[in-house]
Amino acid sequence: MIKGLRKSPVDLLFGTLTAMASFVVVVLIAGIFIALLKESLPAIHRFGILRFITTSEWDPVAEVFGALSTLTGTLVTTFLSLLFAIPIAIGIAIFITEIAPDFLKGPIGTAIELLAAIPSIIYGMWGLFTLAPIMEQYIEPFLQETVGRLPLVGALFQGTPMGIDLFTASLILSIMIIPFTASVARDSFRLTPEIVKESAYGVGATKWEVVKDIVLPYSKLGVFGGVVLSLGRAIGETMAVAFVLGNNHELPHSLFDAAATITVSLANEFTEADTDIYLSSLYYLALVLFVLSFITLAAAKFFLLRAERRQSR
Amino acid sequence: MEVQDKELEVRGLNFYYGSVHALKNINLPVYRHSVTALIGPSGCGKTTLLRCFNRMHDLYPGNRYEGEIIFEGKNILSPDIDLIDLRSRIGMVFQKPTPFPMSIFDNIAYGLKLRGIKRRTELSERVERALRHAALWDEVKDKLNEPAYSLSGGQQQRLVIARALAVEPEVLLFDEPTSALDPISTAKIEELAVELKREVTIIIVTHNMQQAARISDWTGFLMLGELIEFDRTDKIFTSPSQKLTEDYITGRFG
Repeated sequence: MIKGLRKSPVDLLFGTLTAMASFVVVVLIAGIFIALLKESLPAIHRFGILRFITTSEWDPVAEVFGALSTLTGTLVTTFLSLLFAIPIAIGIAIFITEIAPDFLKGPIGTAIELLAAIPSIIYGMWGLFTLAPIMEQYIEPFLQETVGRLPLVGALFQGTPMGIDLFTASLILSIMIIPFTASVARDSFRLTPEIVKESAYGVGATKWEVVKDIVLPYSKLGVFGGVVLSLGRAIGETMAVAFVLGNNHELPHSLFDAAATITVSLANEFTEADTDIYLSSLYYLALVLFVLSFITLAAAKFFLLRAERRQSR
Repeated sequence: MEVQDKELEVRGLNFYYGSVHALKNINLPVYRHSVTALIGPSGCGKTTLLRCFNRMHDLYPGNRYEGEIIFEGKNILSPDIDLIDLRSRIGMVFQKPTPFPMSIFDNIAYGLKLRGIKRRTELSERVERALRHAALWDEVKDKLNEPAYSLSGGQQQRLVIARALAVEPEVLLFDEPTSALDPISTAKIEELAVELKREVTIIIVTHNMQQAARISDWTGFLMLGELIEFDRTDKIFTSPSQKLTEDYITGRFG
């Protein structure tokens, strides 16, 4: 503060209030972490760290617990849903900002935002009653007949198509995260200055070339930020996935296997946990998820900051 | 007054932004290898007129032209004109530098690559020639692969001019090209404009009347969408025939 400047009591109060509000968040995060850690200590002692995340067994009767199968479920559904969602979301954003005539921009934009407003349990129900049967009868057999025959990737499409599996769950997840990615991508595309686009048209670029060479490079950081947001959402999403994933604790070998994610296990099993070590293992699972999201988001943030700094140089 | 060829000729041009009648019956010759300045108070339509020459208005809905702009015997306002071709032959430089998010070399090579020039040696040659033309070569020859953002504002603006020159246009449109630059960079751009008229025809929109007086051969004064007066620059600035022109250039309004 500048020397000699009179400190107003209102400013002081205001400053303290905002500082407290921010501080509460930090305290909450620390508190949650400590609580998780405390509750999972028995399981950490019993199963260790490396052994817990490399064991796929999850057997409440024999009291053997490992995180590998649910961790795999979480990572696979997250990765696949981003893979499905990103191209579609970027396509939507390009269409809305660069291609659609004015009278279509508003309605499509609103429809995309409405998609984000649908509660996830409704996605789950729709997935179970509508999407899963369609997947089982048409899409999955078709994929098995085509992609399933290829070497290497074909292995991912084996097994009996049930419609309740990693593939369907990832599809539902991707529909849920499309609005996030699309609206962030749209906002970043809009930041591209008109005159830079006009300059590109001025040296003879077509619309496609302007999007590919100017708009996308200009906004790649913003789009990446949107992807990170979606990633956070996909890692933690529970209800939609719980309906269509089957809560199966075996390590999946194919995308058509039923599986479980960490969040789905937590939602399903807390009420069933009848032994202390079972309960502690669930807390341990939650801790793994906490650390996983923390690391992913922190890494993304770090990358984003570094890239921003490089660009502003 | 020597007889000069017309590079462009505007005949009875009216332009509408939706229902707003922005340009009213403009008639204007643009002489080859000269600098033509368009001056006038804010909102007079000078930038609107400039953007008609490369049909930039077509990028946005609701805009409408009436009348003709003749370029090489053809009306460039007719709907069957190839806009991509037109815009690479009538290049444009904007109020602020608009480097593309790529290296210095690629900024210049971009338009060439779009035109199908792929051989590395030819690209290098033409990039160098364009940069020399824009008086930027000596400053950037050792860092062609660095991002264009690393250049100063004045250098970026000359880079943008080099980029427009690389595709060998007949006409360059300058839309207040120095409004975001310091005086030294401005002087360099002005020098460049005078230099370049040996090869291209230049139309420049400017708020700065000294600038128009310094670098242009012809000046058009616009007000409220009408071309009030068009004449030799020295005539406009010493003995304008219209009272409105005189009032504007002597600073009585605008």
